[in-house]
Amino acid sequence: MTPKGSPAPARRFFLRPARSGFLVGAFGDAALAAGIGAVLFVPILGLVLDRTGVTPHLERAAAAVALLFAGRLAVALAVRTGAWARLTEGAQRAGAPLWTGWSRGWRALAGRPRTGAALALAALAVFPFSPFANGYLLHVLSLTFIYILLAMGLNIVVGLAGLLDLGFVAFYAVGAYGYALLAQHAGVSFWLAIPLTAAIAACAGFLLGFPVLRMHGDYLAIVTLGFGEIVRMLLVNLTGITGGPNGLATPRPTLFGLAFTASPPAGTRAFHEAFGLEFSPSHRSVFLYLAILAFMLGAVWVFQRLKHMPIGRAWEALKENEVAARATGIDPTVTKLAAFMLGASFAGVGGVCFAGLEGFVNPSSFTFIESAMILAMVVLGGMGSVAGVILAAVGITVLPEVFREFGSYRMLVFGLAMVCIMVWRPEGLLRVARRSLERSSDAA
Amino acid sequence: MILLAQQLINGLILGSVYGLIAIGYTMVYGIVGMINFAHGEIYMISAYLFAIFFALCGAFGVDSLPAALLATLVLTVAVTGAYGWAVERIAYRPLRQSSKLAPLISAIGMSLVLQNYVQLAQGAREQGMRSLFDGVLRFGSETDFFQITHIQLLIVAAAFSAMAALTFLIQHTRLGRACRATQQDRVMAGLLGIDTDRIVSLVFVIGASMAAVAGILITLNFGSFNFFIGFVAGVKAFTAAVLGGIGSLPGAMLGGIVLGLSESLFAGFVKTDYKDVFAFGLLVAVLVFRPTGLLGRPEVEKI
Repeated sequence: MTPKGSPAPARRFFLRPARSGFLVGAFGDAALAAGIGAVLFVPILGLVLDRTGVTPHLERAAAAVALLFAGRLAVALAVRTGAWARLTEGAQRAGAPLWTGWSRGWRALAGRPRTGAALALAALAVFPFSPFANGYLLHVLSLTFIYILLAMGLNIVVGLAGLLDLGFVAFYAVGAYGYALLAQHAGVSFWLAIPLTAAIAACAGFLLGFPVLRMHGDYLAIVTLGFGEIVRMLLVNLTGITGGPNGLATPRPTLFGLAFTASPPAGTRAFHEAFGLEFSPSHRSVFLYLAILAFMLGAVWVFQRLKHMPIGRAWEALKENEVAARATGIDPTVTKLAAFMLGASFAGVGGVCFAGLEGFVNPSSFTFIESAMILAMVVLGGMGSVAGVILAAVGITVLPEVFREFGSYRMLVFGLAMVCIMVWRPEGLLRVARRSLERSSDAA
Repeated sequence: MILLAQQLINGLILGSVYGLIAIGYTMVYGIVGMINFAHGEIYMISAYLFAIFFALCGAFGVDSLPAALLATLVLTVAVTGAYGWAVERIAYRPLRQSSKLAPLISAIGMSLVLQNYVQLAQGAREQGMRSLFDGVLRFGSETDFFQITHIQLLIVAAAFSAMAALTFLIQHTRLGRACRATQQDRVMAGLLGIDTDRIVSLVFVIGASMAAVAGILITLNFGSFNFFIGFVAGVKAFTAAVLGGIGSLPGAMLGGIVLGLSESLFAGFVKTDYKDVFAFGLLVAVLVFRPTGLLGRPEVEKI
């Protein structure tokens, strides 16, 4: 809406600057907020339904209202004294990098992404052999890598091509169940399943992409959402093929035929036998961790290459302005289908890794909330950005684990965090500077 | 034949409810261009609020049923409207200037917050409310009949009168004209002196009120609800809004009814398990042949 070249409009947060007297105004704002809070909190928090009627728990509502009053008063005072403006200066300036407020050391590292990435990679590769590692941590990290892989796939569809896909979990499910079914009916091993399910998922991507080619924006969103739900419902209901709500078991990956079990099936050797080690369940965890790490790195590398290839440029052109892109000779059909198919194949690989990690698949792992979380990773990280999406994926996967102490408050805090981060930095954590020949005054 | 009639009635009821919720989606989309993912949770909250306020009326000794119902209705719609207003203020207004996706993620986060807030505050179990009206109209013979209960008649009547009232508001009042103007061109409306922030808040409140009516009717009809009904109803209602043409008010109602009827007929005559699959399949089919929905206006893209 603002013409190119003019400075981005100063973002007005929802707090108005001082109009009336200083303290009175602040107290007035806080009182208004508390009043509305009372209307909201007293019924739901304060009156709990039970068999016979309602039980008053008004102290909970009172506590919530008091908290709201105090918080709003603090913010109102901060706004009026100018402290708020100073604190949010970095976020207010469009294009300010995330690390403006950090210390010099971290900023130096953040400014040199390659060194940082190399260090992180080395740390991750060595981690399983360090004394800090245990089964739980390795499992969480392996899951994180799978989510990074998925986020890279969605980053192609949403971040680069701008196609709002809310049903990405369907391809994830196709990958996981594809491996399960191939192993069950054709005895396909993990390593062979990776390229096969990538191809199968790509076909699913084609099936989704074809009807939605002419749709835009929110129509596309609801159709992809529907596709995700359809796949999930088929998985639940086709009990004969998919095992229904119980799911299917999947075999674990092997290293060139060496199984990671204590007693291998007849005719095969076990890993610990071949290398003369004592059997330990950690061998499999470490092997899976390293294998998934390798796949994740492969996915990140492929994404980086795709972004800079002509197809990546074509996607970004389509995202910006489809008519102009068509005018320059880009075929929207092929380009969009390519986005769907490539993104789906990433998800398929992720699904196989997940199935190999968990040892079984069932429909409860492939709900809409998974799609929403992966989408959140892409948007929070900055659409099209690699480092940002990796950061966001790590944050979103690791945060609920860290919050396990909160117990049942986990998802509430998670939702609040999502809202707060989007309000604070709507463009994502790391903005993607587009490579162009001209220097633009603002990085919009 | 009897089965067909019964399924048609069920479908009409279901469709009216979908339509009421879809109105919220379509109005918000029309005016700010975003999908309000938290709308389904607003509907869920209204069901809880209805039960809570009704129990409160009982506790205060309000004996006459119509008085209690009226008071509960007013309170529920008011507080649900407050929730709708608050959600807009907190999660969407700061993101007015940003891309399409930022408010979407914020909406998904808000939906999570509301679901878990109600789950933590009220407990995760299924809640129930006793049936208030027991009357039923039966057609057909003693053994082979189809019926429509008084509550179901009330649902259809309430849904259509709410629709009529809203249409009157939008088409024939100054406030409605301001809403339409803001929907057409927000910047221009602001330049002409319309307080667009207030209009947007009003639209959210109206949408929430419609969802509140839906929540009340559903609670009266089925008597049971839990904290998760918002998600399923939300997706279905959004489907209905898109089916009818998003941004169009009569389209939302039409889409709701079409969806409700087709779902009910499919469940009755083919297979209940796959009725949701059929609903989405129908949506895809409609969008392939009419990309802007049944009553949607084709978007004219100025180059």
